[in-house]
Amino acid sequence: MVAQDYWALSPVIAMATLAIVLLSADALLAERMFGGRRWGSKRALSWIAVIGLAAPTFFALNLWFGWIGDSTSSPVVYGSFTADRFTLFFQFLIIGATAAVLLASVPYLEQFKDSLGEFFSLLLIAAAGMMLLVGASELITIYVALETTALPAIALAALRRDGFSIEAGAKFLILSALSTALLLFGLVFLYGYTGATRIDEIVVRLAALPFEAGVPFGSLAVMFAVLLIVAGFGFKMAIAPWHMWVPDVYQGAPTPVAAFLSVASKASAFAVLMRLLYSLSGFETVAQDWQILFAVIATASMTVGNLMALSQTNMKRLLAYSTIAQAGYIMVGFAAVSVASSSGSTTSGPQSVMYYLAGYAFTNLAVFLAFTAIIHRTGDDTIEGLSGLVKRSPLLAVMMVIGLLSLLGMPPTVGFMAKAVVFSTAVDQGLVWLAVVAVINTVIAAYYYLRIVGLILFGETKDTEPIKPGTGEMAAVAIGVVGSIVLGVVPWLILQLIDDSLTIV
Amino acid sequence: MSEFNGILTVTVFLPALAALVILLARPLNLEDRVIRWFAILSTVAAFILSLVVFLAYDRDVGGVQFIDHLNWLSAETIKSSYLLGVDGLSAPLVLLTGILGLAAAFASRNIGLRVSEYFVWLLLLESAVMGVFVSLDLLLFFVFFEFEVIPMFMLISVWGSGRPRYSAMKFVLFTLAGGAFMFVGIFAVYLTGAVDSLTMVPIPELGIVGIADQIAGVDLIAPASLIFAFFLIAFAVKLPVWPLHNWLPDAHTDAPTAVSVMLAGVLLKMAGYGMIRINIGFFQETNGFTVHDAAGILSVVAAVSVVYGAIVTIRQTDMKRLIAYSSVSHMGFVLLGLTAIGGSTAATQLGGINGAALQMFTHGTITGLAFLVVGMAYDRTHTRHIPHLGGLWRRMPVIGIFFFVAGFASLGLPALSGFVSEIMVFLNAFPVWPWAASISAFGVVLAAGYVLWMIQRTFFGSKPPEGGIPDDKFDELTDAEPLDLIPILALTIPIFVVGIWPKVIVDVFKIGIEGILR
Repeated sequence: MVAQDYWALSPVIAMATLAIVLLSADALLAERMFGGRRWGSKRALSWIAVIGLAAPTFFALNLWFGWIGDSTSSPVVYGSFTADRFTLFFQFLIIGATAAVLLASVPYLEQFKDSLGEFFSLLLIAAAGMMLLVGASELITIYVALETTALPAIALAALRRDGFSIEAGAKFLILSALSTALLLFGLVFLYGYTGATRIDEIVVRLAALPFEAGVPFGSLAVMFAVLLIVAGFGFKMAIAPWHMWVPDVYQGAPTPVAAFLSVASKASAFAVLMRLLYSLSGFETVAQDWQILFAVIATASMTVGNLMALSQTNMKRLLAYSTIAQAGYIMVGFAAVSVASSSGSTTSGPQSVMYYLAGYAFTNLAVFLAFTAIIHRTGDDTIEGLSGLVKRSPLLAVMMVIGLLSLLGMPPTVGFMAKAVVFSTAVDQGLVWLAVVAVINTVIAAYYYLRIVGLILFGETKDTEPIKPGTGEMAAVAIGVVGSIVLGVVPWLILQLIDDSLTIV
Repeated sequence: MSEFNGILTVTVFLPALAALVILLARPLNLEDRVIRWFAILSTVAAFILSLVVFLAYDRDVGGVQFIDHLNWLSAETIKSSYLLGVDGLSAPLVLLTGILGLAAAFASRNIGLRVSEYFVWLLLLESAVMGVFVSLDLLLFFVFFEFEVIPMFMLISVWGSGRPRYSAMKFVLFTLAGGAFMFVGIFAVYLTGAVDSLTMVPIPELGIVGIADQIAGVDLIAPASLIFAFFLIAFAVKLPVWPLHNWLPDAHTDAPTAVSVMLAGVLLKMAGYGMIRINIGFFQETNGFTVHDAAGILSVVAAVSVVYGAIVTIRQTDMKRLIAYSSVSHMGFVLLGLTAIGGSTAATQLGGINGAALQMFTHGTITGLAFLVVGMAYDRTHTRHIPHLGGLWRRMPVIGIFFFVAGFASLGLPALSGFVSEIMVFLNAFPVWPWAASISAFGVVLAAGYVLWMIQRTFFGSKPPEGGIPDDKFDELTDAEPLDLIPILALTIPIFVVGIWPKVIVDVFKIGIEGILR
């Protein structure tokens, strides 16, 4: 390894180091130095974690602007990792989501007094894995990075150690293992067919191999590879038909963990799938079949997510189904790979996906973290438990309502703008039917989102005791809400950034 | 290539700004009275601005005026700009929104529940509607068109009566379902190869070519008939046209008075406006299908709307529901006027659409007034059930007089505005679709029936012996207060002015519609 490799990996290394620092601090410092005041000092851990995130942020910014050291956007570490702007875009997203989750979970974590250090370090290790995953440009690295994100996430899901949480952990573990097995199969097909594990080499070798007419994706090997890889990542992205684990895990896992999974985990899986598949998009036959595949998945995911969400009574399960539907909307952008674009644009698909993901990250974090603050104080995770929230905590209620309206896609929030951009790419690719299905789905979704909005604002409540969230929680939710409004009203801010980050196409 | 006059931006966002001020001032715990008057004054200011826009619109120059133009969204597949402007079609509707906003705010003086929130939503609603009429960018138009749903949902849910949550949700789902189709329609238009801007009208000064010119004679990305239908469904739900009218009676009946006034007065007009601007504006020279092809079937739908709406109206026993169904009938005339686009001469086309546009304006004021006075009567009697009412004239003659005005204007009495617009619609629709127009004419006859019958049953005769208001309560009923006259007159004056001197509005509409017809 050369210096350049270290620079390229510096944000990931910083994140992993932070995780180790926190684990050591928890084990050594807290007990010996602060003696009896154990919880008080442990609470400081969370602030160390939040402030410590400045390090990976700095290194990522450094790579983006090239302040110091060697930065390069070509593959490093023998081609296994690429620290291009695409990677950095998603690393910022992951760091931001991690920061927001940490910020909002401080009071919630009181119930984990004994395992606070574990919580932080597991979360940060998972985040480090995701940061590696989004830049991985070689099959083995993808696999290793994926496992690095999955194992801590499983432990996090089971952290509460009650029935639901253990069940969530076990379910997550089994299905995660299954999905990585499928993924590995897919990667093996790709390797077996091309004899290469580096994505750039795979592309070169594929070009030299014959494409069979009439076989989807040009050859059976590529077809199996794509299907299995999509299935493998499908679990992580929580798209139908690989969504079964999502409601159970979100319900059982601690709420901040569910928030983290729904944003960071999903975004990183989308990122790596984009990198892997867009490198193949140059092959026209691949792109055409890909379009059909993802259009079908998107339809299934949106429809299943929204229809199942209609009948939920548990808020966490409802949000789980909502994220499945949201993943479906993102998939609409995925289906819009450039084969016969009528606008002649070649980057509209990934651009729309990245815009949606950025907006979704802000919006979903706002909703999940607001709910974390509430559930920690009421202990009630049913939808009815939100009834009359506006009387108990007006500001939190209003922010949650804005978040829900953004998930629904109401102007002027980013939810609307992102849907506008994503659906327009679908129409651009001639997938008018998919856009119609998608907008009909948003109408179905309106019912359950507005039902919650109605309960929050107009519902009756017996319990009138005010809910007073802490500053950190409010700040995290507020960042999400402000982000989802700003990105919706002034979309050019982020679209410019995304254009700069489209280094994979 | 950008221009910024600012007057429209101020007109649109002034109510929203006032709403923001009310919201921010909440920690001060101001008295309800202060909030109420602040909100009312801001609608007065918005009204004055809308009047200025209407009067200052230079009729000799025509075209689009008072342009505000900024770049807004530029993704790969969709580019949109913040473009506000008025032409002859939108100027009177901006004025209408100003008038109705003012009337609605005054009519809300008696709201006692969660006052600051109420006015926040009402003001946001006015901003959204104003935004619809002045947005010349298709996506921006859609943003305002959709945003209006949220204030309506809140207003009906919290301050409504009867089954407010049910009605609010029904309203939202119908509107969003319609909007969903329009959403796809927008992309389909935009992504057609030759189109590179979402501007609905041509603006030569800025070098902007309107969508209509861009898609003329070009193969669209999807069949033109399909895209046409997508837009039409969205507007047909909103207008509403039979058989998509189902949400309207519920929303109207359960909404608070001021919201019914806004809903009937301006929200329905967004649909008629959209039909003229988009369905007629865009699809006159499209390949394979034009709006002229759809005119025949639409004239049938219009006739059914008119007659069906009128028949259902007659048998209503709730006063608000009755007026709501009469709206279905009257908005059918709007659609009928629009079908004159199938006519062979330019004069017929122009006249029919102009009649439809005028019908929107007059229906806004007339039905707004009707809901206003019914609301006032309801505030006093606490019942809208017609069999429980009667003899109200003795206790509230002033309210009665204006109820008469609204009723007679609604049934098309000459010298009141309803007559002018309906005669314009008939005269121009008849040569084109004689059958549909003839059948629709029965709508007017039926209107006379339901209006006169309702007035007779509620204001005349004697108080019903059973089920009605107790005698002691009946004697305590009061008439309109002086301040009530402000919203009443705000709506009555246009009824008379347009009825006697229609040119004042018709000529402006004409400029706009001539620009849209090709």
